[in-house]
Amino acid sequence: MKMTIALATLAAATLTAGIASAGTMADVQARGKLNCGVTGGQAGFSAPDASGAWHGMDVDYCRAVAAAVLKDPNAVTFVPTTGQTRFTALASGEIDILSRTTTWTFSRDVDLKFTFAGVNYYDGQAFMVPKSLGAKSAKDLNGATVCIQTGTTTELNLAEYFRKNNMKYDPVPVENNGDVQQKYLAGACDVITSDGSDLASTRSSFKDPQDHIILPEVISKEPLGPLVRQGDDQWADVARWTLNALLAAEELGITSENVEKLSAGTDSPEVNRLLGKEDKLGEMLGLDPAWAKRAIASVGNYGEIFARNVGDKTPIGLARGQNALWTQGGLMYPLPFR
Amino acid sequence: MAMKSAARREPFHLSMLFNDTRYRARSIQVIAFIMLVLAAAWLIDNTIHNLAALGKNFSFGFLWSTAGYDISPHAIQYSSTSTHARAAIVGLLNTLIVAAMACVTATVLGVLAGVLRLSNNWIVARLMTVYVESFRNVPALLWIVVVAAIMSQAMPTPSAFRGDNPTASMILWDSVAITNRGIYLPVPDFSRSLGQGSGTFGALDLNYAAILGALALSLLAHRSLVRHAQRIQSASGQRPATWWKSLCVFALPMIALLYALGFHLEYPALKGLNFTGGLLLRNSFIALWIGLSVYSGAFIAENVRSGILAISRGQTEAAHALGLSPGRTMRLVILPQALRIIVPPLISQYLDITKNTSLGLAVGYMDLRSTLGGITINQTGRELEAMLLMMLIYVSISLTISCVMNVYNSRVRLQER
Repeated sequence: MKMTIALATLAAATLTAGIASAGTMADVQARGKLNCGVTGGQAGFSAPDASGAWHGMDVDYCRAVAAAVLKDPNAVTFVPTTGQTRFTALASGEIDILSRTTTWTFSRDVDLKFTFAGVNYYDGQAFMVPKSLGAKSAKDLNGATVCIQTGTTTELNLAEYFRKNNMKYDPVPVENNGDVQQKYLAGACDVITSDGSDLASTRSSFKDPQDHIILPEVISKEPLGPLVRQGDDQWADVARWTLNALLAAEELGITSENVEKLSAGTDSPEVNRLLGKEDKLGEMLGLDPAWAKRAIASVGNYGEIFARNVGDKTPIGLARGQNALWTQGGLMYPLPFR
Repeated sequence: MAMKSAARREPFHLSMLFNDTRYRARSIQVIAFIMLVLAAAWLIDNTIHNLAALGKNFSFGFLWSTAGYDISPHAIQYSSTSTHARAAIVGLLNTLIVAAMACVTATVLGVLAGVLRLSNNWIVARLMTVYVESFRNVPALLWIVVVAAIMSQAMPTPSAFRGDNPTASMILWDSVAITNRGIYLPVPDFSRSLGQGSGTFGALDLNYAAILGALALSLLAHRSLVRHAQRIQSASGQRPATWWKSLCVFALPMIALLYALGFHLEYPALKGLNFTGGLLLRNSFIALWIGLSVYSGAFIAENVRSGILAISRGQTEAAHALGLSPGRTMRLVILPQALRIIVPPLISQYLDITKNTSLGLAVGYMDLRSTLGGITINQTGRELEAMLLMMLIYVSISLTISCVMNVYNSRVRLQER
C-alpha cells in the first residue's frame, strides 16, 4: 500500500513536471506574482533594506516588469540566487526572469539556452586593493592572493589576464559576496576582483572606503542585463521592451512625475506610442496599452533608476560614463518604438 | 519425496501465482521489481524529455573543452588552459589528499581520546568526555567554518612580517610562517636533482622515485633480517638483538642517497606581496582537515571506547594471572579482540570523512565538488552530467575504501575453527 502511494506520488510529480507550460506570461498572470531572481545582497543593484524591502537597479527592473504585466510593481517575489544557482533556477522555472548583474556572453546565450533582454549596465572587471598595499596598477599584482566569487565570468577573465601578462596569483574561491568582503577586510587576500560597479558597491559598505582604491585597469567587457529562458519569445519580448521603455523614457524626457500628464496625449508621436495613446503596441505584446506607462510610473525612467540606486548622489557614487544615453556620449541606445 | 510431489501434482493455474503460497512470494517480488524498473524508466524518460524541452542534450563532451579557471593547489600539472576533465582530476586528487590526511589524524585522535576516556585519571577522563561530547554534537560544517574563521581572522597578514619592526615573525628557526592565508612550510629540495621523468598524468619526480625505491629495498633487507633472527630464535631459543642492524639497514642507504642528491630544505621567504618558496598549506585545506579530523575523531573515540569496554574484564585478569605486563595485555589480548568491534564502524567513519570533504565548498577548498560540481557546472551549465559523474566518482571512492577496510576486517575478525 505504501509502495503504491509512493509510486502514485512519484508519477504525479513527474507528470506535472512533464507538462509543458503554456507560456511564462500566462503563468505569471495566473500566479499574480512575478518570480524574479536577484543577488542576495549587492548594494545599489539588489539588496533588502532593514525592513526587508528590496532596493536596487535590478530590483527596479523587476518591479517595472511586474507593473507592466501584473499592474502592480509590488507583485514580485524576489528570489536571492548565488552565482552558482542562478542559471539552474531560471532554467528550471523556479524564477521567471533573472535580473542579477549577469554578463551577456555567447555561451550563456547560445549554449545555456537563455535569451538576454538587453543591457541595463555596461560594466568591466576591475581590481580593488587596500591603499597600504602600494599597488598602482594591476601589473603590480604579481604573486598576489586574489579573492573571487566563484561561478562567474570573473574567474575566467582573471585567469586569462594573469596568463596573458605572465603573472602568478593564488586564487581564493568564495561562494558569496559577503564572504569576499570579510576575507578581504581581514587581509586574507590582497586583492578582490569583480565588476567595477560591484567593487564600488562593496567599497561603499566599508567602514573606511577611502582606504581602498579601484585600480585603473578594466580587464573585460561585462554587459550586464536581465535574461529569460530561450524559446518563449512573447515573454522575452516583454522583458526586452520593458527595458527599452525605461531607456526610451529617459531619451524622450518622460519621468515618473510627468508620465501621468504626458499620457493624456502630447505632440510627440513616439511618446504617444510608448504611453499607449497612439497605435496599439501594448496589444501586440499581449498586454494593455498602458503597460509602459505603469512601468515608468512605478520606478521612473532609466536615468531616475540609475541616480536613485547607484548615481553620484548615493554612497556608491558611480558616474554615468558608458551608461549614459547615446545622445550624451554613452552606450545606452533605446530601440525605436514604432 | 519426488514420488510424493509427482503424485500430488496439480495442473498449473494462473490464479495459483497468488493463491498458492509456493508461488505467491516470488510472484509479488517479480511484480515489485517490474514496477520499480518501470518507475525508474519513467523518471529517466521524463528527465530526457524535459531536458530536450529545455533544449539541452545529454552529453559529456564538455569535459574536453578548456576549463579556463585556475585551481590551487594542484597536485598534478594544471593551468587555466587545461580541460574540464583535468580540472575534475585535480579536484579529485585534492579530495583524496584531504580525505586521507583527515582519516589518519582522526584515527590517531580518536584512539587517543577513546583510550584516555577510560583512564583512571579523573581529569584526563573528563577532559576527553568534554572533547567527545562537544565535537560530535555540533555539525561538522560549523567546526570547519570555525577553524577557517580563526585562521583568517586571528593570524597575521604576510605584510605583518615585513619592515624593520615586524609585528609577526616566523617560528621554528625562521622556517615556518603562519599567516592568515595559510601556513608556509619548508619543502625538501635537491641541488643535484635527477630531474623529471614524463608520465601520462604529468611529470614524475625522479628524486622521490629514487627515495621510494631505496625505502622498498631497505624494507626487503629488514624483513630478511627479521626472518633470520626468528630462525635463530626457534633453533636456539635466544633472539639476537636486531634493532641496530635494522637501523643501519634503513638509515645508511637513505643518508647516502640524500647526500648524493644534495638534499636540503627550501625555506619560504617574503618576496613581493606574499611568501614564496616552501609549501603553502592553504587556510581552506587546514580548516577542512582539522575540522573533519576533530569531528570524526570524536566518533572514532566512542568506537574505540566501546570496543575496549566490550572485552570482558576476565580477559585482563587472566592475562595478568599469566604474568603479562599491562602493556602486553593491551597489545596482545585486549586490542586484537577489540579491533573486531572497532573496525566495522570505523569503515563508516572513513566513508563519512571522505564524503564530508565536499563541505570544503564552504571554505573554498578546491575539491571535486568545487571543481567539477562547482565551477565547471557554472561555466558549462551541464548540471545533470556533472552531478552524475560526481556521484559515480564518490561511489567508487567509497566502495574502494569499504572494500579495503573489509579485507582488513576479515583479517582481524574472530577466527572460528
